[in-house]
Amino acid sequence: MDYDKLGLKMGLEVHQQLNTEKKLFCPCKCELTDKKPDYTLLRMLRPTQSELGKIDRAAFEESRRKLKFMYESYNHETCLVEADDEPPHPLNKEALEIALIIASLLSMNIVDEFHTMRKQVIDGSNTGGFQRTGLVATDGRLETEYGTVVIENLCLEEDAARRMGQKKGKVVFRLDRLGIPLLEVTTDPSMKHPEQVKEVAYQLGQVLRSTKVKRGLGTIRQDLNISISEGSRVEIKGVQDLDLMPKMVENEVKRQVNLIEIKNELQKRDAKVADDIYNLNDIFKKTDSKIISNAISKDGNILSIKLEGFKGLIGKEVQPERRFGTELAGYAKKMGVSGIFHTDELPAYGITVEEVEEVSKLLKLSKNDAFIIVADNEEKARNAIIEVQRRAKIAIIEVPEETRKALDDANSEYLRPLPTASRMYVETDIPTTVISREHIKVIESNLPELPVEKKTRIIEQYKLSEDMASQLVRLDKVDDFEYIMFSSKIDPTTVGSTLAYTLKELRREGVDVSKIDRIILKKTFALVEKGNIAKEVISDVLVGSINEDTSPKETAIRLNLIMLSEQEVEDLIDVLILENKKMVEDRGMGAMGALMGKSMQKLQGKADGKLVNKLLMDKIQNIK
Amino acid sequence: MGYKGSSGKFLDSSDISIGDIVKITKNETSYQGILLDRAEDPDDKHIVLKLNSGYNVGIDVVDATAELVQKGDIPKLEHHPLNIKKDADKPDISIISTGGTVASVIDYKTGAVHPAFTADDLIRANPELLSHANINGKAILNILSENMRPEYWVKTARAIVDEINDGADGVVIAHGTDTMHYTSAALNFMLDTPVPVVVTGAQRSSDRPSSDAFMNLISSLVAAKSNIAEVTLCMHAEEDDSYCYLHRGTKVRKMHTTRRDTFRSINALPIAKIENGNLKLVDKTVEYKKRSNNDVHLRDELEEKVALIKSYPGIPGDIIDYHIDKGYKGMVLEGTGLGHCPDNLLPSLERAKNEDIPIIMTSQCFYGLVDMNVYSTGRKILSAGVISGLDMLPETAYVKMVWALGQTDNIEEVKKIIQTDIAGEIGEKSSEKFFLN
Repeated sequence: MDYDKLGLKMGLEVHQQLNTEKKLFCPCKCELTDKKPDYTLLRMLRPTQSELGKIDRAAFEESRRKLKFMYESYNHETCLVEADDEPPHPLNKEALEIALIIASLLSMNIVDEFHTMRKQVIDGSNTGGFQRTGLVATDGRLETEYGTVVIENLCLEEDAARRMGQKKGKVVFRLDRLGIPLLEVTTDPSMKHPEQVKEVAYQLGQVLRSTKVKRGLGTIRQDLNISISEGSRVEIKGVQDLDLMPKMVENEVKRQVNLIEIKNELQKRDAKVADDIYNLNDIFKKTDSKIISNAISKDGNILSIKLEGFKGLIGKEVQPERRFGTELAGYAKKMGVSGIFHTDELPAYGITVEEVEEVSKLLKLSKNDAFIIVADNEEKARNAIIEVQRRAKIAIIEVPEETRKALDDANSEYLRPLPTASRMYVETDIPTTVISREHIKVIESNLPELPVEKKTRIIEQYKLSEDMASQLVRLDKVDDFEYIMFSSKIDPTTVGSTLAYTLKELRREGVDVSKIDRIILKKTFALVEKGNIAKEVISDVLVGSINEDTSPKETAIRLNLIMLSEQEVEDLIDVLILENKKMVEDRGMGAMGALMGKSMQKLQGKADGKLVNKLLMDKIQNIK
Repeated sequence: MGYKGSSGKFLDSSDISIGDIVKITKNETSYQGILLDRAEDPDDKHIVLKLNSGYNVGIDVVDATAELVQKGDIPKLEHHPLNIKKDADKPDISIISTGGTVASVIDYKTGAVHPAFTADDLIRANPELLSHANINGKAILNILSENMRPEYWVKTARAIVDEINDGADGVVIAHGTDTMHYTSAALNFMLDTPVPVVVTGAQRSSDRPSSDAFMNLISSLVAAKSNIAEVTLCMHAEEDDSYCYLHRGTKVRKMHTTRRDTFRSINALPIAKIENGNLKLVDKTVEYKKRSNNDVHLRDELEEKVALIKSYPGIPGDIIDYHIDKGYKGMVLEGTGLGHCPDNLLPSLERAKNEDIPIIMTSQCFYGLVDMNVYSTGRKILSAGVISGLDMLPETAYVKMVWALGQTDNIEEVKKIIQTDIAGEIGEKSSEKFFLN
C-alpha cells in the first residue's frame, strides 16, 4: 500500500501508571489485589446534559445500554474516595513531581497552574462518571530517524477501575486500579510511517522508564490514532505489542480503503436504508435455527431490516478474516445481542432457503437488496437493529469516526464512537496547584539519566559488554549494580553477570528472586571479594540465604562453601602428592594435569584454581 | 468577576473580558482558548483559559501578552419552553426548590454548571419525571442549606400551602442536605397537611453522572404520590443505588459528612422503602397520617431566639447566663449520656427557671431515651426545671422549642407542648431495631 498517496496520518497516546506511594486523590496504595472483595456496590450512571440539551454521543450511547454497575471494594485496599462516597483528597504531589520530570525530559512547556478537570466517562469505569485529569505540559519534541515528532500534551490523570466481567447483566469493576496516577502522553497526528510510530512508542517508553513508573503487564497502554485522507480518524485502544503496530496500521488502512470502496459502490447503486423494522416471529415459528428458536421461546423478537443495494457487500472482507458484516455486528453487539444474521451468509446456521425466501418476500427485496436479522428479547433486539440501521446509513456516506479495541491478530473491533471534545468541566473539589518556575529549574537540573545515556555510561565506566549493560538497564538493575560497586573492588563483570543473567536463570528455575535484595547481594559479593567463596558458588549462596533466611556468610558455612586458606590448600596438596608419589616421580610435570583434576575434585570449589595450579607446580618441581 | 490584582489589571489593559477567545503568549509558549472567570480564591496572578482540548490551564500574567482572537459573550443558558401537556390521569406534583441543586445542566463550552430550577429545567434534566406525574416546579429560595433560617422555614411552609391549595396532590422540597432534617422537622410542626410533603436532596452534586439526586428525586415523587400525608425525608438507604428510605421528618438525622446513605432514622425505623418506583412500608404496624381531602392548616408563628447548646467536660455556667442575658426565650441542652450536664451549671439552670426560660434536655448519644431519674445529677437538673426531651433528637427538640414558643407565651403550656407528641417526634416505646440501623 502506498501510504503517502493514501494520506496516512498517525498519532500516538501512551498511558503509563506511576509507581507512587499513594493514589492520585486518596491515600490508598497503588497496588492491584486478587483478594476476594469485602463488599460490592451497585451503582447507576446517567449522562448529564450539556448546554444545548446535547449529550455527548459516546456518553449517550453507553447510557442507552442502561447498564448498572457493580463495584468490588475492600476494607483496606480501597476507601470511600474510590467508591465516590467521599470527595477527592488534595492532589498527590509525588505524582505531579514525576509528571514534571517527564515533561522536562521531553522538553515540554509546563503550565503555570494545574487545574483538575472532570472528563465525562460513563462506561462505568469511573465511579463518579468522570475521570479526573489535568494538563501538565504542552508542545514537546522527540527526535526520530523519520523526523521530529511533536508531543502535544502531557496530562496527569487517574486510572480507571478494573473491568472484571459481567454478572447478571451488570458490568463488574474492581476499585483497586481506580485512582492510580496515570500519565497520558499524546503526540500530534503527523506521523506518516508505521515504523516511526513504533519508534516513538519505544522511545517514549524509555523516557517514562527513567522515572518512578510501574513495570509489567498492563502498566503501560498505547492507543493509536489513524486516518487516511478519504477516511476518518479512528482510535485503536490497547495496543500491547509494539512489534504489532505496523501490522495494526496496515490492517486499519486496509479496513478504511475497503469501507471507502463499499461506500462508492453503495452510492453507485443508490443504496438506501429505510427506517422500517419487520417482525419475523411468524416466519421463524418452527425454525431449526437454535439462536432464533431460543429467542422466540423466551418471548423474544426476531427483527429484521432491509438494506437496499447492499447485497454482496456485507460479506466483503474489510480486514483479514473480518467482513463488512462484522462491522455491522459490532454495533449490534454493543446493545447486548450476540450477533446478527445477514443475507450474504444465508442460508446457514439452521436458517433454510425457504425461510430466506419468505423473509425476502415479506421485505419485498429486489436483486441487489440485503436484509439483517437480530434475535433476542424485545428491547435488546430493537436497540441492536436500530444500531445496525444507523451504521448501515453511515456506510453510504462515510467511514465513521470510531474508538476501536486492538485485537491480538492486529485487527480491531468496534468499541464506541469517538468521544466529542465537549465533555470536560472543572473538578471543583480540588484546588488548583501553582507550579513555580523556580521549582521547574530545580527539576531540570536534577533530571534522571535516560536509559540510553545510562547504558552508554556504564559501558564506559565499568567496561561492561553491550549486552550486559542493556540487560542491566532493561531489568532496572543499574541502581543495584552501582550500589554494590560503590563499596567494592570486585570485578564489575561478576556483579553485572549475576544481576543481568544469573537472577533471570534463577527466576526461571522458580526461585522467588524478589527476596534477593541488594543487602544480600552486597554481602555475597563481599564474600567473593575477600576470597571467602568462589564466584562459581554465588547463586548457591543467594538461593541458600533466602531459603533458610540466613546471612550469606552463615549460608556459605552451612553449605560448606567457604574457601580454604592457602595453608589448608597446601597441606591438602602435600597429602595428594604423597599419595601419588610414584606418578610424580615417573612423569614429573606430566603428572600436572591428572593431579590438578584430583585436587579440584577434592577441594570441591573451595580453593581458587590459580592457587592450586601454582602450588602443585611448586611441589612437583621441588620433589625432583 | 473573580479577577483581581495583577491578573485583573492585565485583563483590563488588554481589553479582554470573560468569554472572549484569546491567545496568550509567554516566552516560547502560547495558549489559545476561552477566558473563564476565576473561582473565588485568593489568587491574583493567574488567568484561566479553557483550551480547545477542553482542559483548563492557569497562566501567570507576568511577561505574558494577550491577543484577542474573537470577542465572545458571557455564555448564558437559553431554553425554549417545553409546552408539555398535562396528563389528566397523572397526579400533579409540585417540586419546590430551596437551593439544593437536585438537577443541573453543564455548559461544556466553559465548564459552568447551571442549576436547574424551573419545572422545564427539571424535566429537561430528568425526563423520566413525567412518567410519574405532572410536574410543577418552583424556586422559592437559592441558598446553601447551612444558611437556612427559621424565617425560611416559614417561607417554605407557605409555599407548600399555596401549592396544596392550588391542587397539588403532593409536594417535593429540594433542599441542601446539611440542615435538611431541621427543615423536615420544622415543616412537620408547622403544617397539618392532607397530602404528602417530601424533603429530598443529594450528597453528590447533580452535575455528575453518579449523582444520587436522580434516584432521590424519583423516589420522592413516588412518596409524594403515596398515602403518607406527613412531612417526610427521602434519601438513599445504602451506598448502593438500590433503594431509598422514607424517614419521618422529626426522627431523622444526617450522620455522615459524605456518604449517600447519610440520613438515618434515629430511635425509629424508616417509614417506607422505595425501590424501582414502588413504596413498601418497612414495618407494617407503623402508624402514619393518611392522605385526606381535608384543608391544609398552617401554624407558622415561630420564636427565633432559641439556642442549642452542647454540654462538655468543663462547660461553664456563663454560657447559660449569656443566653439569658441576651434575651433568649428558650434553650435546648445536648447533654451527656442519659441527659446530664455538670453540677456547676445548676445555678444558671435555676436562674433560667426563675426567669421562665424553658430548657429541654436531650442527649448527645442521639440514640436512646433521656432519663434524669437514674442519677442524682439528673434529679438535680430536673428540680432546676429542665424538661426532659425524652427520645427526641437535639435538632428536633430545638425546632420544636422554636415552634412551641411561637404558639404560646404560657410557660406551662410550652412545657406541655414539648412533652406531647405532635408529629411523631416522641416515641414512647423503644425497640432493639432502632439502634444503628
